[in-house]
Amino acid sequence: MPILEGQGVTKYFGGLAAVSHVDFHIDQGEIVGLIGPNGAGKTTLFNLISAALPLSSGEIRFKGQKLNGLKPHQVCKMGIARTFQEIKIFGNMPVVQNVLVGATFGTPSRMTLADATREASQALEFVGLSAMNTAPIKDLTLVHQKRVEVARALATKPELLLLDELMAGLNPAEVSEAMELVRTIRDKGITIVMVEHVMKAIMGICRRIIVLHHGEKIAEGTCNEIACNKTVIDVYLGEETHAGS
Amino acid sequence: MNVTRPFTRRKLLAAGLLLLLLIFLATFPFYGLPSYYTVLVMTFFMFGILAVSWAMFSGATGYMSLAPAAFFGIGIYTTTILYSLLKVRVFSVLPVDALQPAVNAFLIGAVVAGGLVSFVLALLLGLVTLRLKGIYFAIFTFGLVVFISELILFLEIHITGTRGRTLILPGTGAPLCSNTTIYYIMLGILVATLLAIYFIRRSKLGLAMQSIGGNEEGAEHMGVNTTRVKVITFAISAIFMGAAGAIMAAKLIYIDPIIAFNLNYSFLPVLMAIFGGMGQLYGPVIGAVIFAYIQRILMTEFPKYYMLIFGIILILAILYMPGGLVGLVPKLQKVRLLSKLWKGGGAEQRANT
Repeated sequence: MPILEGQGVTKYFGGLAAVSHVDFHIDQGEIVGLIGPNGAGKTTLFNLISAALPLSSGEIRFKGQKLNGLKPHQVCKMGIARTFQEIKIFGNMPVVQNVLVGATFGTPSRMTLADATREASQALEFVGLSAMNTAPIKDLTLVHQKRVEVARALATKPELLLLDELMAGLNPAEVSEAMELVRTIRDKGITIVMVEHVMKAIMGICRRIIVLHHGEKIAEGTCNEIACNKTVIDVYLGEETHAGS
Repeated sequence: MNVTRPFTRRKLLAAGLLLLLLIFLATFPFYGLPSYYTVLVMTFFMFGILAVSWAMFSGATGYMSLAPAAFFGIGIYTTTILYSLLKVRVFSVLPVDALQPAVNAFLIGAVVAGGLVSFVLALLLGLVTLRLKGIYFAIFTFGLVVFISELILFLEIHITGTRGRTLILPGTGAPLCSNTTIYYIMLGILVATLLAIYFIRRSKLGLAMQSIGGNEEGAEHMGVNTTRVKVITFAISAIFMGAAGAIMAAKLIYIDPIIAFNLNYSFLPVLMAIFGGMGQLYGPVIGAVIFAYIQRILMTEFPKYYMLIFGIILILAILYMPGGLVGLVPKLQKVRLLSKLWKGGGAEQRANT
């Protein structure tokens, strides 16, 4: 059974269909890439799944349960965590406190502050930032701040993790590190959907790719299928990438 | 171990100092000073309560509330209305020697009632208004003060046919209680307010509020029920404002909506909290004391230039002390550390061995 399922998922902003009649399914334990040109509706789809925006029509089911009408904090407690393209860290707190918020409020079961603090340190250690526990988060580089967002999301004990452009602005070495991190997260049994423009990363770790264009799903398949897909090459990848991959 | 020991010793020292300060304040009215000073310190307490309870919600969440005057005024009116309800039926028929204890007990009850009424009102208002963000929330809360004030004025003129009420004892026409009684009740409320903010800051609720102040959307996605947290904490902070107003009614004696809902009770606590700094919980208290004192001095010594000088001090404070007074403490510590290093590595070497 798919862990996440969308049927006829549609979102209008005024007259503009940002996401239009998209059907998709995400299976337990896979890494799925969500790609498409700017303005294709990738982040909007994330916002619909995480309930930041209400659906105009259609429905999304998580483990068979309908998400329609829920609030973001409820979706988070059910086991869907996310990071943001434009980071949304708590700039007024030290690093560990940022993660502590996720551990305290995002988990399905109620946590005491002491337990949550332990969870938070573990999550930070997992993403390799335990040395920066007490630093003010504003002092960190963007790369590290994005990692804190991942740790914060992991601290909520998710079953599904939505990563929104984790690798944007990273240099090649950092991209490899981030890819490794995503794989380790998957190995923990967490299903991952990632929006990404770094094709090397997408092709390297995703089992399946969904392509959006003007809010519509234009293709879906394995990396090879997508890399050879005529429509995808025309609207997004271009000839160069096709030849390379 | 060596790292933690001086830390706990410092904590003990701070707790001891705090206890001494509390004993000093608790015995202050008995030092034979003119009652002017009792009233002055009581005013410090009052502004301390307003500034701390304002910072409790607004400082943490970043939602700029200008509602303190509304809840303060609600507290004043709670006492006023309860007293006029009980005056003829209860207080007028009491024997003379039982009157003062009864009124004192009534005032304590009124403080609790003022806090409760403010709490309930804030809960209802919060549900409606805390969807508003940024400047819209500030403007709404500002309008709220004016609205409640005008509403009561309207009701008094057109329904009850009165304008203003006096709070005096039946028979003698004396104030409801001594300044000392008001002083102690105000001190009690201040201690309760400080305890509340101390525990809230260390609780899950405090963490949730802080995350809202950091990034509300992020908090919502991390499982924080932001609406609930905001409404509850807005209402909790209103309790103390209402309680302070409830006892202040006894001091004001003559009550009308213009006096009870004076917008200065909104603006001053905000300025005091910012002036004192909200990084530490004692910041707003220190801000309130210094601010209220400067204001008093300027008002009596330079009545013509009061606003001018006051404004200049404010601008300088905001420009050069963005963290408020308590924001200066780490800077001073840095200076001390540097001068220690300057004096030679002797101390450093000893620390290393």
